[in-house]
Amino acid sequence: MSNNDTKAPANKFFTVVKKVVSHQMFIPIMALLILAIVNLAFDPNFFKITLGKNNAGNPILSGPLITILDYGAETAILAIGMTLVTAAAGGQDISVGATIAIAGSAMLRVLCGTNPSPDTIQAPIIVAFLVACLVGIACGAFNGALVSFFKIQPMIATLILFTAGRSIAAWINYNKLPVVPDPKFAYFGGIIPGIPVPTPIFIMLACVIIMALVLKFTNLGLYTQSVGINEKSAKLNGINPIAIKFIAFVILGLCVAVAALIKVSRISTINYSVIAKDIEMDAILAVALGGNALSGGKFNMWASILGAYVFQFLTTTLYKFNIASSALPAYKATVVILLVFFSAPKVREMIGKGFKKMKDSMKNRRHKAATASEGEA
Amino acid sequence: MKKVVALIMTACVAFGLMACSKSDKKDTTAAGEKETEAAGGNEGGSGELIKVGIINNDPNESGYRTANDADLQKMFCKENGYDASFAYSLKNDEQIKYAQGFIQDEVDYLLLSAADTAGWDTVLQDAKNAGVKVILFDRTIDADPSLYEASIVSDMDKEGETAVNWLAEQGLSEYNVIHIQGVMGSAAQQGRSGALDKKVAAEGNWNIVKQQTAEWNAEKAQQIVQSVIDSGTSFNVIYAENDDMAKGAVAALDAAGISHGVGKDVIVMGFDCNKWALEELLKQNWNYDGQCNPFQASYIDNIIKDLEAGKTPEKTIIMDEKGFDAKTITQADVDNYGI
Repeated sequence: MSNNDTKAPANKFFTVVKKVVSHQMFIPIMALLILAIVNLAFDPNFFKITLGKNNAGNPILSGPLITILDYGAETAILAIGMTLVTAAAGGQDISVGATIAIAGSAMLRVLCGTNPSPDTIQAPIIVAFLVACLVGIACGAFNGALVSFFKIQPMIATLILFTAGRSIAAWINYNKLPVVPDPKFAYFGGIIPGIPVPTPIFIMLACVIIMALVLKFTNLGLYTQSVGINEKSAKLNGINPIAIKFIAFVILGLCVAVAALIKVSRISTINYSVIAKDIEMDAILAVALGGNALSGGKFNMWASILGAYVFQFLTTTLYKFNIASSALPAYKATVVILLVFFSAPKVREMIGKGFKKMKDSMKNRRHKAATASEGEA
Repeated sequence: MKKVVALIMTACVAFGLMACSKSDKKDTTAAGEKETEAAGGNEGGSGELIKVGIINNDPNESGYRTANDADLQKMFCKENGYDASFAYSLKNDEQIKYAQGFIQDEVDYLLLSAADTAGWDTVLQDAKNAGVKVILFDRTIDADPSLYEASIVSDMDKEGETAVNWLAEQGLSEYNVIHIQGVMGSAAQQGRSGALDKKVAAEGNWNIVKQQTAEWNAEKAQQIVQSVIDSGTSFNVIYAENDDMAKGAVAALDAAGISHGVGKDVIVMGFDCNKWALEELLKQNWNYDGQCNPFQASYIDNIIKDLEAGKTPEKTIIMDEKGFDAKTITQADVDNYGI
């Protein structure tokens, strides 16, 4: 009798553990927890959030957590679009950094006109943002058309804008570096007076909520996955793979425009050669850290967004510890390799199997013990 | 329906490609892959004009390069007695090809800002054999000095030293420095970091609070300074190796309500003398900006005049580079030296 009592909960325990471990969100959440614990161990004030005032006299919340949420916003927003592109096209867009430069440059061109340092802005900020959205969509459509219609490998197709993008961005502003004079423009990358939480966090949340609604109330998610899993059978079922891939790139283009707004607003100016440099790699890594297969198919948007924050958490942590500048990439690479390894679908499957084996062996041992005790009795 | 969509998409792509090629064309004329002003120059009688071929890096590279190119364009024109052709590339092999072209065109002088330090021996030997005099500007190369007449360079070590000496003159009782570095290994980073590292090692009251590379990127600098602020460590100097990074650092200070500038809590130092950065100095929001002199044309002009007069110029000429202090900078400085 006593055997049965211990056996059932143990079984249940293993089933739960297996379920948790093999869940897609497990790795990003675990990584966040480990990073938080490491940080907390070295700095007990890590979770402390203080209310201060900035130099303009407006209230602002500050603390490491706020910093991470703030600076991770762009990557998180890009991760949304990148997840869709990855799932639908089975490849990644490597031009997002360069298209951020283009969209940002277009935005500044509208705001500043032909004078790189005007006294007042030449057009409302909303107009500039809408122009940037159009530019972002155009870039996305260009990439999307190459990938979906001309069936070019995503990485090759986006290589065009990856190489040419920053020159195009420089050309839009006659190679000048405009500075936006209006302090209101800095709200998007800083804070709105009176609201102590950095605006990028709100923008990121808005994007996430919109995406959640789109995924809930449209068939976009389902269609994207079916195109990613098997293009032919999706087509046979009446889904147009060309349109779905095209839409994925256009959505990414929109995400790029939003990220460009935050990026340019943070410093109210632009530097074509370094703005959002390597951000495409961060966004792709976020998708991978979220445990999504980079070859397309099923995806979990929330895992990608968490993945983006894991990456930002890591960056902030590495800045926090006094690691030599030249060694920083090595540290980052090591952690990223580990994370990507453990979040790879194949590895997770193996870990799941390992747990099953452990469960079975436990069962066998119990069974043996039970029979032995019965024999004694 | 499908056909219509396909048609629209094709149009989209065609338009996209067209836009792309159009912008490419504009881009190259802006960069002027190889301007053939030479043809026009010949009509004016090439006997009086000195024929120069100028090979530079792409002016799109940075504000520094744009200012450098504009300065050269202004100096080497017909009014000043020059018949100049310009060629731009960030790639060494393309630059070598342009150099061969200029040698074939029988230019009198070849002015070169090499993309890469290696690989120039053969083409410079060809130039020498053809009687073309070579003057290097902005960047040196690994070649035998006999292959060129002179080289005009910035001394990055000196830039760093000037800045650090200025900082030492401020007489703070303690220096707690946030040191934001450029791309590791670049000449500017090594020179500007070297001077500070040496000073910190030598002086007891100089400490580095944080030393990290932001790779010339403003937002990365902002994040690095933010991380120091979050950790609660106190600091009173920001030594950023270019203006962009100083701007990012200042954004973090502003958000945290830390005062900066002349007579304030934190001293802000930048490099490169962008116009907007010098304006920050003028407003006393920053304290110091070190120059990396892009105005090499007058130096080159002097060398050519010397050579024409039969004099031998010095082999290596180091340009004067200023450091601007917010207390003494004037509007005239901003206009003259801002890039």
